[in-house]
Amino acid sequence: MVSPILELKNINKSFGHVHANKDINLTINKGTIHGIIGENGAGKSTLMSIVFGLYQANSGTIKINGKEINLRSPKDSIINGIGMVHQHFMLVENFTVLENIILGFEGELVFGKNLEKAKKDLKNLCDTYKLNIDLNSTISDLSVGFRQRVEILKSLYRGAEILILDEPTGVLTPQEVDELFKILRSLNEEGKTIVLITHKLIEIMDLTSEVSVMRQGEMVGHTKTEDTNKEQLAEMMVGRSVLLRLDKTEANTGDVVFRVEDLTVKDDLDVTRVKNVNLEIRAGEILGLAGVTGNGQTELLEALSGIRKVESGQIYLDGKKVSDSQNFLDPRELKDQGLAHVPEDRQRMGLVTDFKAYENLIFGYHDQQPFSRSSILNHKDIISHSKKIMEEYDVRPQSPNLITSNFSGGNQQKIILSRELNEKPKVLLVGQPTRGVDIGAIEFIHQRLIDMRDKGAAILLVSVELDEVLSLSDRIVVMFDGKIVGEKENTNVTDRELGLLMAGVV
Amino acid sequence: MEFLSDIASLINSTLRISTPLVFAAMAGIFAERSGVIDFSLEGKMLMAAFVAAVGSYFLGNPWLGLLLAIIACVSLSMLHGFASVTYKGDQVVSCVAINILIIGLTTALAAAWFGQAGLTPTLTEDQRFLEVNLPFAESLRDVPIIGTIYSDILSGHYIFVYLAYATVPLVFWVVFKTSFGLRLRAVGENPSAVDTAGINVFAMRYKALAINGVLIAFAGAHLSTAVNANFFREMSAGRGYLALAAMIFGKWHPKTALIACLLFGFTDALQIRLQGVELPAIGEIPVQLIQALPYVLTVVLLAGFVGKAIAPNAIGQPYIKER
Repeated sequence: MVSPILELKNINKSFGHVHANKDINLTINKGTIHGIIGENGAGKSTLMSIVFGLYQANSGTIKINGKEINLRSPKDSIINGIGMVHQHFMLVENFTVLENIILGFEGELVFGKNLEKAKKDLKNLCDTYKLNIDLNSTISDLSVGFRQRVEILKSLYRGAEILILDEPTGVLTPQEVDELFKILRSLNEEGKTIVLITHKLIEIMDLTSEVSVMRQGEMVGHTKTEDTNKEQLAEMMVGRSVLLRLDKTEANTGDVVFRVEDLTVKDDLDVTRVKNVNLEIRAGEILGLAGVTGNGQTELLEALSGIRKVESGQIYLDGKKVSDSQNFLDPRELKDQGLAHVPEDRQRMGLVTDFKAYENLIFGYHDQQPFSRSSILNHKDIISHSKKIMEEYDVRPQSPNLITSNFSGGNQQKIILSRELNEKPKVLLVGQPTRGVDIGAIEFIHQRLIDMRDKGAAILLVSVELDEVLSLSDRIVVMFDGKIVGEKENTNVTDRELGLLMAGVV
Repeated sequence: MEFLSDIASLINSTLRISTPLVFAAMAGIFAERSGVIDFSLEGKMLMAAFVAAVGSYFLGNPWLGLLLAIIACVSLSMLHGFASVTYKGDQVVSCVAINILIIGLTTALAAAWFGQAGLTPTLTEDQRFLEVNLPFAESLRDVPIIGTIYSDILSGHYIFVYLAYATVPLVFWVVFKTSFGLRLRAVGENPSAVDTAGINVFAMRYKALAINGVLIAFAGAHLSTAVNANFFREMSAGRGYLALAAMIFGKWHPKTALIACLLFGFTDALQIRLQGVELPAIGEIPVQLIQALPYVLTVVLLAGFVGKAIAPNAIGQPYIKER
């Protein structure tokens, strides 16, 4: 017999003018793994933060085990058996695992007896769920996967019966995801209720027994996972049917236009992050570079785009050497040679978010005709150009005078993309093109990249989203610990094979 | 023997001169470990010196003066918290405002009440703290070594000197061995982690600031009701800033901050000692040059001599829960 453990009735929450949750009703049954799926910005995290007591709803009721509860702070939620693993971990990095877990639940003013008891209890929990965590290690020394386990252990220690996980797999390798799912299943077998927030359909199908779908702050459907499929869920998420696989013709490749030879790059702390990398990209192909965040992709992209100094090795554009450790072209000169760059961190490097959209739309080209004549900006032409290009790239809202930070992530990305693609570059470097971008915009951006390829551009796509790399690339290389550890034609490669490479296993 | 007693008196002065720095640095540790910048140690120390002197003068008891100084400093800390924790203002601006306010306020109030700009009446012996002679100090004085250490260096200080050095292990214990300390350090590193652990971030920061106010009050009272017998204009003379530097130099840790305070105290004691002394071959060193010594040392040490000082991660950032 199923009984509801958590019931939400008519939950409303607004931040200023943004109505993040509208009349949400949700019932979660005891002992289930319940998925909540929706695009970025659909209001999933807000809803769960309300359940965790971090935010307070403007109206609505919450019942736990049939009893109505007023959740004023996380403390109330924790007491009522709710635990949450946040997308950004809530850990103090220079504390040990033990210190992080007991924080707020020390049970004594001066450390002593209870600390010893906590150690014993935590060891037992680790053994029961095979978490394999050393309580004395410092958080900053742990991998992302282990930090997540610490978060899970923390919730369990605090007595969680309902465990909420907010986008838990975004930062993990496929192998770590497997480990996580194993842990979640074993928790579920012990009777814990799991709530999984995600925008990845595959995880819903893989793990959950029930699923709820959110769209633009509203709950649009509930169903048993076995009664639905990916296509149907995707349609509910977006509100219309979407292509899950891109229409992509065979690449029609030309000569090698971008070549990297034996490239080594150091970061700001003088640590070698890119080690003897060789790459070749032909005209008309997309080379995908896969890898877990922090394996040197960022430094590689910066070196290739002229932002970071090359330690050793050479870079050739169109057969001409553009950079080595002695002589190098700066980003402006590279741009003039036909290289465009869509940076990974668009808010920091791609845009000046406090500026208006039209200003961001011309940056880098602002001193060229027709935007400027003898060093004076030509306002009228800039605005008409901006309007045209915003329409072409479906930037919403179509107002060139709006401050850039007021656009959504997807639309900010379209602003950068339109600026860089408009110049018809020979080589395009793209970092994380769809990070934090909703499904509708992802589809659009992917289609644009394919179009560029078909027009003969050589594209380097750096992404931590394996699905993205797999669906866009013609060829895939995997980066691990600063080295290229594998290269595959994208014909019959599986995410499993790539995952092993990304984890540095083979 | 002349040399030995010189050294003894130098150490004796070092202990005395370092005292306000130690209180202030410990006060700073509480505020900054909780994530709140405290640039206002200087202003609060000045306020405490003024209130302690005035309170003691009117009430006839230095302990009551100290109590009033504590109330005044805790109030200023709460003001800082109100501006920068509750209303999320810029913490440095809030501190600078307090510092400027106090310089003007103390001068004006002294003028209004006592007719002298920035000067309070001299306190009688009843109205101020006197030197404490440790038991048997006189009888042990002639015992070699022990006598020097006990009678000449350790005995004969003001009560604040002993309190200051007793505070350091206490602060260490609170910060590293209690659950309050764990929460304090966590709230300065990652307030979100503290919030999601069910602890009120704002309450934690106010508590830290309250302790900060109590400790800094001792520094000010030491200046005006112990080593001096009155308050005078800007008598804190940069000690609050120096203590802040010592705290940073000591990497927000009570033990190393103490060492830094003693080092600054020592250079100050040395410069007093060196004034007017003829050095062989060099001759008399200009006073200005010697007086600059502690500050030059500060700059040199802070300019990376001791490695990178890593501040609490969330320092200076108001906690914003909802986007």
